[in-house]
Amino acid sequence: MTTSFIHPALIMIVGACLLPLVRGPFRKPYMFLIPLLTFIDVVYLSQHPGTYGVFQFMNWELTFGRVDRLSMIFGFIMALMAIIGTIYGMHVEDEWQHIAAWFYVAGSLGAIFAADYITLFLFWEMMAFASTFLIWARKDEEALAAGYRYILVHTFGGVVLLLGFVLRYQATGDLTFDQLNVSSPELYTWLIMIGLMLNAAVPPLHSWLPDAYSKATAIGAVFMCAFTTKTAVYTLIRSCSGFEVLIYLGVIMAIYGIIYAVMENDVRKLLGWEIVSQVGYMVAGVGIGTSLAINGAAAHAFAHILYKGLLFMAAGAILTSTGRQKLTQLGGLYKKMPATMVFMLIGGLAVSGLPLMSGFISKSMIITAAFESHLLWVGFALILVSAGTFLAAGLRLPYLIFFGKNNCSEETWEKAHDPSWNMQLGMAIGGFLCIFLGCYTPFLYNMLPNTDVTFHPYNAYHLSETLQVMAFTGFGFFMLRKYVMPQNTISLDIDWFYRMGGRAFLWTVKNPLQWFDTALGKFYKVVGISCLMTTSAFWSWFDWNGIDGIVDGTARCVRAIGRRVTIVLQRGAIQQTIYYTVSFAAVLLVAYVWL
Amino acid sequence: MIINLIDYLRDRLQTVIYCCYGVMAFIVVWSMSVDTSHAHTWAEKMIPGFWSLFGLGSCAVVVMVARWYGKSGIQAREDYYDN
Repeated sequence: MTTSFIHPALIMIVGACLLPLVRGPFRKPYMFLIPLLTFIDVVYLSQHPGTYGVFQFMNWELTFGRVDRLSMIFGFIMALMAIIGTIYGMHVEDEWQHIAAWFYVAGSLGAIFAADYITLFLFWEMMAFASTFLIWARKDEEALAAGYRYILVHTFGGVVLLLGFVLRYQATGDLTFDQLNVSSPELYTWLIMIGLMLNAAVPPLHSWLPDAYSKATAIGAVFMCAFTTKTAVYTLIRSCSGFEVLIYLGVIMAIYGIIYAVMENDVRKLLGWEIVSQVGYMVAGVGIGTSLAINGAAAHAFAHILYKGLLFMAAGAILTSTGRQKLTQLGGLYKKMPATMVFMLIGGLAVSGLPLMSGFISKSMIITAAFESHLLWVGFALILVSAGTFLAAGLRLPYLIFFGKNNCSEETWEKAHDPSWNMQLGMAIGGFLCIFLGCYTPFLYNMLPNTDVTFHPYNAYHLSETLQVMAFTGFGFFMLRKYVMPQNTISLDIDWFYRMGGRAFLWTVKNPLQWFDTALGKFYKVVGISCLMTTSAFWSWFDWNGIDGIVDGTARCVRAIGRRVTIVLQRGAIQQTIYYTVSFAAVLLVAYVWL
Repeated sequence: MIINLIDYLRDRLQTVIYCCYGVMAFIVVWSMSVDTSHAHTWAEKMIPGFWSLFGLGSCAVVVMVARWYGKSGIQAREDYYDN
């Protein structure tokens, strides 16, 4: 270990631990300083690739700092998002939220730089537990329940991952976290992939995401939308690239997410479904596994963190000011929240992949990689989802919140206003970066992990393709908009099975099992207790008359004999006593000599 | 400023809609002049405005599938999970 290596996660952890001690006017500068230091550390490390922080623990070698191109691009964007998220949440007094958020960032950075499964697992679980507190910090009943569901699902995922790498260790004796042999997968390969996949919200293990992100606090959701899924995408790139099943899962995920996003009424749940859909692109990219596809997955994760962070910040601003997050309770807000509207539009257009926006330069890389690998159906499916994304996030969402029919109650309308300066600053940085990445492609492209491929998004054919798809999606929305109006409904999903399964279990415990227990109690009362009483009465009688009789009788007998002996032998005459004693001694002596 | 601009455009909604149609027409006409030698399938080369049709079709498919799926029982009342 070289002295120049300070783990970025360590800065966040120490910073989080010291946060409660820093109060008053020092709090805000401190909150800006710690993520900034982490970011500087990550940038410094990017100049010095290598392996750091190697420790021997029992029989295993733990590596905390694997710094290469792939870990750097993810480390860079996570540290950057930590700065933006912290600025956005600076006004929040509740320090536990900040501590949880920083531990969560630390978990993500730790997992990204980890080079063995034990270290990865440690930080993986740190992420899961820290982020749960970002949900619970909302402090209402729904958030509490959602937090429990979230932590249970993630514990399950963690256990599957643990099972996978322990089996692998048993089979190969190797704990290094690196590319798995995906061409002939073993049981442990599947288990590791499923463990990682759960965090990337790949169906059927995805329901936790929209559920949890819509219930978290405003700043909690901003952090959560960036870290869990994209760290999982990183780990999938690292270990499962080229795993063919991921192509199918990724495409299913992209389509499934967008269908639910179009049906959704809750703004942040809608954005959650959008994450599922967008991460589908990345998962498909990982499955394709070519250099371009992997670059595309990494680039899309980078761009996605920024625009999705921006969208969640805008949604958080609406929630904070109006207290509402349902489309059926919003509308026409452009008059009250113009700045938020601009930021949400930028985010919406970036996620839709409008030219000159970040989504355009990253998403197209994965689609091109699919076409180049002759996976035409994947390419077409992903373009279909692009159209759906523009429909859901670029058109429907801003239309229903800021334009469209005003469904706000008088109270909501009164309360609606653009958020505080720090929230606007966070959104402004996010918005600027969404446009900057789209306009100045080398910034992102120079960071990509594979340097053997180049990609040029701005060619006439690609521009014409994108503009046509977007323009006619817009036309389609204009014509069909009455079919996508929000309704006061929730959309049932796979979580139905465990939510209802949990209830069925509770019902089983409360009804048949409880009945059996009560019946057993009654039976015991009637039959058991009376049997016991009769048996005890018998033993009591036996004790009193049988055992006590023998013992007392023996005692009485001994006493009577003793009294008789005393009366006969000890009459008080000394010569008689001496006579008995000497005779007894003589008899003993004779017996001893003769026998 | 933004509010005034939006109000200004809303007052002239019909004109804005015609402008959008104009932009769409321009994009389609321009796309026909674009070199399609890098296209991946024959359909892209042979059908003029292929991606326009694809975009419109995709939008309609997504809207209709979501509507059908939602109506098939997936969209439930809000208190569905309440005790």
